[in-house]
Amino acid sequence: MKRLVNKSNRDYYGGALMFLLGLGAVLQGRTYSMGTLSRMGPGFFPVALGVILALAGAAIAIRARFAEREGEDKVLPPEWRGWLCISLSIIAFVVLGKYGGLVPATFAIVFISALGDRQNTFKSALVLALAIVVICLVVFWWALRMQFPLFGWG
Amino acid sequence: MQESLLGLWYGFGVALQPHNLMWSFFGVLIGNLIGVLPGMGALSAISMLLPLTYTMHPVPAILMLAGIFYGSQYGGAIGAILLNMPSHPPHAVTCLDGYPMTKQGKGGTALGITMIASFFAASFGITVMVFASPLLVQIAFKFGPTEIFSIMLLGLLAGATMARGSPLKGVAMTVVGLLIGVVGTDVNSGAARFSFGIPELTDKVELVALALGLFGVADFLRSVNRMQFVGSTMKVRFRDMRPTKAELKQAFFPMVRGTLIGTLFGAMPGTGPTITTFIAYAFERKISKTPERFGHGALEGVASPEAASHSKTQVDFIPTMSLGIPGDAVMALILGALLIQGIQPGPQLISEHADLFWGLIASFWVGNVLLVILNVPMIGVWVKVLQVPYRYMFPCALFFIAIGVYSTNNSLFEVNEVLVFGIVGAIFMALDFPVAPILLGYVLGPLVEENFRRALLLSRGDLLVFFEKPISAGFMTICILLILAQMFFGLRASLRKRKLGVLGLTLPSAEGSQLHSE
Repeated sequence: MKRLVNKSNRDYYGGALMFLLGLGAVLQGRTYSMGTLSRMGPGFFPVALGVILALAGAAIAIRARFAEREGEDKVLPPEWRGWLCISLSIIAFVVLGKYGGLVPATFAIVFISALGDRQNTFKSALVLALAIVVICLVVFWWALRMQFPLFGWG
Repeated sequence: MQESLLGLWYGFGVALQPHNLMWSFFGVLIGNLIGVLPGMGALSAISMLLPLTYTMHPVPAILMLAGIFYGSQYGGAIGAILLNMPSHPPHAVTCLDGYPMTKQGKGGTALGITMIASFFAASFGITVMVFASPLLVQIAFKFGPTEIFSIMLLGLLAGATMARGSPLKGVAMTVVGLLIGVVGTDVNSGAARFSFGIPELTDKVELVALALGLFGVADFLRSVNRMQFVGSTMKVRFRDMRPTKAELKQAFFPMVRGTLIGTLFGAMPGTGPTITTFIAYAFERKISKTPERFGHGALEGVASPEAASHSKTQVDFIPTMSLGIPGDAVMALILGALLIQGIQPGPQLISEHADLFWGLIASFWVGNVLLVILNVPMIGVWVKVLQVPYRYMFPCALFFIAIGVYSTNNSLFEVNEVLVFGIVGAIFMALDFPVAPILLGYVLGPLVEENFRRALLLSRGDLLVFFEKPISAGFMTICILLILAQMFFGLRASLRKRKLGVLGLTLPSAEGSQLHSE
């Protein structure tokens, strides 16, 4: 089975992505005043960049059309578990940091992200997270006196 | 000449102040430690400790960052030689011969030669820097906004097209970086651009968040569950690191050649360190009488690229400090750190911040000596650190990233930025885009826009002004030549490929694929 994004078509996707990003920059940049060449407004530079980016994106996609399709597909399967856990752990740090304080946030980011690795067990992640909480208390709270409440209620 | 020597003398006075020496040592130590860790390179090491420097005096701050830089470079070599793990792309080539040497039980020698080569190359690079920077400054004083814009354009273009992989993709990434640099309040009109109604975004994207997202989180996303741990129980003692006289003799000329290659490439803005080491290696193999030894533990294959990467590192500081144009992403970070400290790198830097400039140069030497001394007792510790499994390493690193980014502004918003840039960076990498040019574009973006606007204001909107002033015209000509050369090579490669494809042949692409297998 072929993957959605593989070696032979990934330049299409890459080029298209750049084209859309460029287009987005142009559309958003148009909402700021353009000014003239001698007196540029805030919109001029972003619009110019957007045009260049869109052109580069188009060129990448067109080149992919003509490029040789060579070699077997070596794109690795996406690592959903790792992605999910790492993303969740950062979100947890932000949310818990805001409503719970430094200690739960620290515990959460290490614990959840450690679970993203298949070789880590529940127990090893727990031990690692507790160890980091201790380090965090000593280094950041006690030694560096960081402005971050240990526990908080929002 | 005399001025330079006097400056250098003064610089040693600055660098040897106990306070500055302490931070330099701290930087080298931490840099070495982080560089040894699998999957962590100079970029993540510097960006993690960048928040710490915000409250420091500029001189120790920059000394520390520079220390982290070459400390992590050396640390990366340890991982490459002992475990065949290039934690930092430029060391990929060191693995080719360094690891076979370890398998033959000569890992200690390889490390020793690396240390000597890097010290020699760094010293040479520093000497070049001492004498070339004041010269460059004399020229740079003639620069107005027009010239600054053209040379920045050249730097960006070179960074985008000469690094590695498809030049078009490099250009696209640079523009993405420039666009990220646009986010925030426009200095001239006060308009908030690309802030999408988020108040935190009116105050620029945070440099640390961008760097740690692209080079920290994105890397974790790419390598989680994929980083294979190569267990190694070998012990390296300092005694093993002393090379014999014959080995020294064997390594001497490759070292000199590597140094010269590195110096040459360091003077060219935008050529990345990876390409430099690969060229040094390829050159050494080409002129060798016994090229078949390469890849099976040839000492020359370790000495030359390591020397090249270290001399390039030092020479790279010249354009960064005296023109304000960083050669690669690491230099962009250091430039960003200077800007945050309120110091504008450029021709005025040497006269206005003499303590910083000469102190930094002297600290390179001091730091390199520290590095050698440090590694005598610590090499055993580094070998232990190397064996920390990735599955424990990355969650801890993630925490340090989060807390480091939080501490830049004591706000959690920047932590969100890290996640966004991490995911974006991982997607770009998956689509085979190089992410380092983004940082280059981001740091230079506001400067490029400002000088572009000013130049056109002065010329009353005449775009031809960039070709009318002689210095600027020179840079523009190089830009155009660069684009034409890239188009030519690109066209020739695809034509040749197609011809071979018709004949049913495959390219003998050993060399090419190596260059792209960063």
